[in-house]
Amino acid sequence: MIANILFVLLLIAGVGLFTKKIRSVIRNIKLGQDIDLSDRPMERLQTMIRVALGQSKMGSRPVAAFFHVILYVGFIIINIEVIEIIIDGVFGTHRVLSFLGSFYNFLIGSFEYLAFLVLIACFVFLSRRNIIKLKRFHMKEMTKWPKSDANIILFVEIFLMSAFLIMNACDFQLQLLQSEHYFKGEIVGAFPISSHLISFLPNDVATLEFIERFCWWFHIIGILAFLNYVPYSKHFHIMLAFPNTYYSKLTPKGQFSNMDSVTNEVKLMLDPSAVPPPADAPPARFGAKDVQDLTWKQLMDSYSCTECGRCTSACPANLTGKLLSPRKIMMDTRDRLEEVGKNIDQHGADFKDEKSLLGSYITEEELWACTSCNACTEACPVNIDPLSIIIDMRRYLVMEQSTAPAELQGMFSKIENNGAPWQFPASDRMNWTKDEN
Amino acid sequence: MEKLVVPTMADMMAKGEKPEVLFWVGCAGSFDDRAKKVTKAVAKILQHTGVSFAVLGTEESCTGDPAKRAGHEFLFQMQAMSNVMVLNGYEVTKIVTACPHCFNTIKNEYPALGGNYEVVHHSQLLQQLIDNGRLKVEGGSFKGKKITFHDPCYLGRANGEYEAPRSVIQKLDIYFTEMKRSRANGLCCGAGGAQMFKEPENGNKDINIERAEEALALNPEIIAVGCPFCMTMLSDGVKNFNKEHDVEVKDIAEMIAEAIDIK
Ligand code: HEM
Ligand code: SF4
Ligand code: SF4
Repeated sequence: MIANILFVLLLIAGVGLFTKKIRSVIRNIKLGQDIDLSDRPMERLQTMIRVALGQSKMGSRPVAAFFHVILYVGFIIINIEVIEIIIDGVFGTHRVLSFLGSFYNFLIGSFEYLAFLVLIACFVFLSRRNIIKLKRFHMKEMTKWPKSDANIILFVEIFLMSAFLIMNACDFQLQLLQSEHYFKGEIVGAFPISSHLISFLPNDVATLEFIERFCWWFHIIGILAFLNYVPYSKHFHIMLAFPNTYYSKLTPKGQFSNMDSVTNEVKLMLDPSAVPPPADAPPARFGAKDVQDLTWKQLMDSYSCTECGRCTSACPANLTGKLLSPRKIMMDTRDRLEEVGKNIDQHGADFKDEKSLLGSYITEEELWACTSCNACTEACPVNIDPLSIIIDMRRYLVMEQSTAPAELQGMFSKIENNGAPWQFPASDRMNWTKDEN
Repeated sequence: MEKLVVPTMADMMAKGEKPEVLFWVGCAGSFDDRAKKVTKAVAKILQHTGVSFAVLGTEESCTGDPAKRAGHEFLFQMQAMSNVMVLNGYEVTKIVTACPHCFNTIKNEYPALGGNYEVVHHSQLLQQLIDNGRLKVEGGSFKGKKITFHDPCYLGRANGEYEAPRSVIQKLDIYFTEMKRSRANGLCCGAGGAQMFKEPENGNKDINIERAEEALALNPEIIAVGCPFCMTMLSDGVKNFNKEHDVEVKDIAEMIAEAIDIK
């Protein structure tokens, strides 16, 4: 009875904390500017099914893709077992779903195989990071927390899967020993993997029960703890990959957003008789200085980043030693957003600190290294768009601060004065027809 | 070869005529000496295939692409709106350009500002002309030559066109060879996003050197391009390795014009 109550309390605490964190993440995302992405729902659904569910963009790195599918499918399916664990925990039953008979055995058997595969995948991912030391996991932005984060996730999964298998092994052994709470007249469950473990287990019922209970509690507490860890981690992608790909950019990659606030002003300049925008319209800041100037989609992008570095390893600027790393742009955006969120929690909604995304996190040098080539957006398996953030910050630098590099200022004034980014008059535009050859 | 005649929209309008397509020359195509040769090749092919075309001439102005990529949305929209006024004034419906940046900007970003046209890159027009039999090409001097193609970001990834330029040059019976980073994985030449107009940021290599190195590793006779900026960047890259006498950087239009001997 005490165990049941304890379990229910833990469950409520775990889920409650998680819900609280999710609410604050949603609040943070909503700090972004509004953008209407309710168009083309069918196309969006298809994109989500293809890219997130179908993992279509992972394939460019087959090894990672293969083991990731195991983690992905394994993790989701094994979590069906959590339903049973929760029912058992609340009502003190044991293997309550075993009335499903042979189907139940099939399920438990498959979970075991999957758990084993997940274990292997975790070891592969760990060795990729820590033994093979793949370059994209060892760049400037991948030190300290991001580095530990990746390892923590993998170790937790290893512990969870091990607990699951050891628990099953004890259970099987207890059933073989016909222990009272476990054995119901016939063996339930199938134990293709854990049956290999029983030779390592003691034959003493009390110890077995202890190990079984210990693993059971460890597993479920582990899952609840993990659930609460996820939103603080790059592992958040396991949830956000879905909405994030749903809201993918559907227009051609080369099409940059049109700034309507600018359109209004330019129309007025070209045609003074045009109707000015209503006076109560809020004064627009051109471009982005801080996270609140970005759209909610750009903020959602930042929470969805898996820190896989595929963007950065395709980025021509990064490849040639420039400071720019599109992954860092996303990580900085998320870190700053979390900071702004914390400030709001502690000091209220109107609190402003001295910092901003541009300046305190992202430098101008990074922004000016981008060639807008879209290699990063093409590479991203969760359809994140670092380029749009880079451009929005350039907009701020150019239109609010006039701090573009001098050569670019020169280019601007040439376009203004003679309609070309070079110093040639329009009257020379037909010269090519006259040149010999 | 008959004399090249390039009418302007104003000439045409004065005669009460309307061309099939407007040839948007672009700033590089008008002013850059190397790109001007490409412009001429395109015009010659248009004339040779009997496509009635005209240019805006002195009425053309920068599309605003470099301003927009550099973050100067004001300047971009000023340019865009005045270009749209000119284009709409001539009731232009179809535009061809040899510059992927102009192509992308007019095709994707002008509609929001009132400019709706059918826009094609010259590789796409060439392919259409070949497909419908108006342009007949054979290998000629290109037969068997080892050639690779560098995808322009603003044609490839930005607009999903990888096939047209490849299929056009493959009509020349060449020995086509692909770089490892090609199509959607193509590596930028380093000029986009207004980089063309500034020095690169600090790093350990220039992007065009990285790309030229990759192309040269294939030992091609020609590196084919479809963009005036890629042309500049890769030509410089090839020069950096002192290979400019062995390896040519050529636009696909130049290759076609040469193959049908209207150079
Ligand atoms: C419930 C579902 C999922 C689970 C349990 C899961 C699990 C994991 C784990 C454990 C890692 C860490 C591996 C490492 O970096 O060492 C990872 C990485 C990653 N996941 Fe997921 N994931 C899930 C869903 C998704 C989805 C829907 C996508 C979208 C395509 C995705 C994309 C990625 C990417 C790109 C990485 C980085 C892998 C790399 O290239 O190194 N994941 N995932
Ligand atoms: S668009 Fe910019 S950030 Fe993205 S890969 Fe290209 S150069 Fe790097
Ligand atoms: S932005 Fe996309 S590609 Fe880049 S690290 Fe994040 S998830 Fe990976």
